[in-house]
Amino acid sequence: MPRRILLGDECVALGAVHAGLSAAYAYPGTPSTEILEYLIEYRKKHGRPFATWCANEKTATEEALGTCFAGRRALVAMKHVGLNVAADPFVNAALVSTHGGLVVAVADDPGMHSSQNEQDSRFYADFARVLCLEPANQQEAYDMTVEAYDLSERFRVPVMLRLVTRLAHSRTAIEVTAEPRPENPVRKAPERDSWILLPSNARRAWHALLERQKDMIAWSEQCRWNTLALNPDGRELGVITTGIARNYYLENVGEMKSRPSHLHIGAYPLPADQIRRLAAHAKRLLVIEEGYPLVERLLRGLLGTPLPVAGKMTGEVPPEGELTPDNVRPAMGLPVRPFTPADEASLPNRPPQLCQGCPHGHMYHALQKAFEGLEPTMVTSDIGCYTLGALPPYTAIESCVCMGASVSMAKGAAEAGFHPAVAVVGDSTFLHSGLTPLLDAVHEDTNMTLLILDNEAVAMTGGQETIAPSSRLKDIVLGLGVDPAHCHVVDAMPRKVPENAALLRREIDHKGLSVVIAVRECLETARRKRKKELAEVKAS
Amino acid sequence: MKYDIMLAGVGGQGVLSLAALIGRAAVAEGLHVKQSEVHGMAQRGGAVLSHLRLADHDIASDLIPLGTADMILSMEPLESLRYTAYLSPQGTVVTASDPFINIPNYPDREDVLAKIRRLPRAVLVEAERLAREAGEVLSKNTVMVGAAAHLLPLKRESFDGAIRQTFGAKGEKALQVNFAAFEAGWKASA
Repeated sequence: MPRRILLGDECVALGAVHAGLSAAYAYPGTPSTEILEYLIEYRKKHGRPFATWCANEKTATEEALGTCFAGRRALVAMKHVGLNVAADPFVNAALVSTHGGLVVAVADDPGMHSSQNEQDSRFYADFARVLCLEPANQQEAYDMTVEAYDLSERFRVPVMLRLVTRLAHSRTAIEVTAEPRPENPVRKAPERDSWILLPSNARRAWHALLERQKDMIAWSEQCRWNTLALNPDGRELGVITTGIARNYYLENVGEMKSRPSHLHIGAYPLPADQIRRLAAHAKRLLVIEEGYPLVERLLRGLLGTPLPVAGKMTGEVPPEGELTPDNVRPAMGLPVRPFTPADEASLPNRPPQLCQGCPHGHMYHALQKAFEGLEPTMVTSDIGCYTLGALPPYTAIESCVCMGASVSMAKGAAEAGFHPAVAVVGDSTFLHSGLTPLLDAVHEDTNMTLLILDNEAVAMTGGQETIAPSSRLKDIVLGLGVDPAHCHVVDAMPRKVPENAALLRREIDHKGLSVVIAVRECLETARRKRKKELAEVKAS
Repeated sequence: MKYDIMLAGVGGQGVLSLAALIGRAAVAEGLHVKQSEVHGMAQRGGAVLSHLRLADHDIASDLIPLGTADMILSMEPLESLRYTAYLSPQGTVVTASDPFINIPNYPDREDVLAKIRRLPRAVLVEAERLAREAGEVLSKNTVMVGAAAHLLPLKRESFDGAIRQTFGAKGEKALQVNFAAFEAGWKASA
């Protein structure tokens, strides 16, 4: 069998291709970005499947759903918080009884390496009443993706593939086990009613989905991803692991005096019978799962369990942050491995920061200059490289909550009576979720200033192209109804700081809505482009 | 057999390219390899860490346990000290001696180097100078792989293959620069 060295994310992409994928959609988001990056490159080389970036996770999910409406197989990929944005189509897609397979690959970020929270997407799968597959390693990421499409079509639900950072961003060799399958033919959904979620249809669809739960659980009980190994000689401890937690368990289990009985869960809904069999065989249980204590909480219920259960809720396993091969040891009854702690006191932190000469930095200087004499001021901001403006030497922004919230929060604060309220958002985040709140602000001519930092790229995730080019940004803003007299495009150059500061000050003083678009290409993407051009010149 | 390496540096220094070269050499020898990478926010000029695990058997965890790493391989001296909790008592620190100063409170360079020298097993490499002498300062990563190479459970030919695989497409000059850089690193720590 051919072997390939791939990132976890890339395993998902390749698995989808081999399952007969027709289209893939996503908005970039760490740690999920490389799924679409792989597919976009694949499309460039092979012409198919269709793969593209979208404005946001909601549009991406709906576009994928459209592919399925036409009978073909689709993939949508996102980071965990992206699923909040896409929650509406995701939850409702469970009801429409799709005949073209839909896989929703969601990469969670326990430990918050590059995210604002560590929410656990498995809860969304449970909430939507759909199947969820949770690979423990890169091979499973590939194999599960291939199988997920068959499952989606068999049970007529979207299948969630739940990844975590350590799997998504870890590279290893996998065996390419699947025989590539052709794409589905284009075939419109045969049952019209099942896609029109009018209440009368939706009630039927919901009933049917609840009926199918039994079949999904029956599948989960015997599928190869849920494995129960009872130790006939040891009845003391039963261990449940889910997803990547198995790796940390296996890293340590050799040191335990006797091998516990072990149920590994890689597929949901939960295999309830297997859990009962494990519980019947053990005097106590330990649950190790990456993310929130989903299994553990269900086990415990409100009325307690007949046997003691250890896990995140009792604190034996850390309830926050990422699991490691070390922090699961106490729960397994193993001592901490001997190690010499680093001399932390003499090691100053090196936090991430804006690149030397980054245009965002120049605009933060201009903004701070514009504010002189106006204190107190308010700067709501958003998600991207420019969020690093929260840190010294800038300390220029005061909020970062969710995509687009800079615009809407500045509006709310202005309407509460605060002045000056300035929202700072990047071009891609603005296109993702800033257009609709700006429409709200236009409606009220809210007394606020929106500063769009346009670096012509989705920079933080690796410099992907934005959904609309920089040249169209002003037209988009004007199209939403912003007064042309208070919409300006400026250069984010260091020598323009005084001029830009003066302009910002004028617009802050204007009693109403103003938008300033500060343009300069991201230094990193510019550098990469130059390198590529140079290589092309050399090659020719 | 297992060999665990903590790769360290500052975002933008090419820590992942170190991992790629060693990983390719290991795969060529039929070893199992797992390499955990850092992407996204953590990359921007901040401290960067990558776990690289080599073994002749299945590797369970993507992360290296505390106190067990065989090597810390770092592109930057201060960063080489940040992860010593992972180093096994028999482990070695191999680090470039050139500081990357992008924080206001960077400690005194000589203090940092003295701390490294006090470690039980440490190799300091003047990687920037050696890379420049090899013909291209950007070959610093290859210098560091050369400096680590004789401690790694891999054959020298495997690195030649990995260098060819990595830089072959960039033309003959890039290839020769990287062979020279590897050789310089190898000699510097031999």
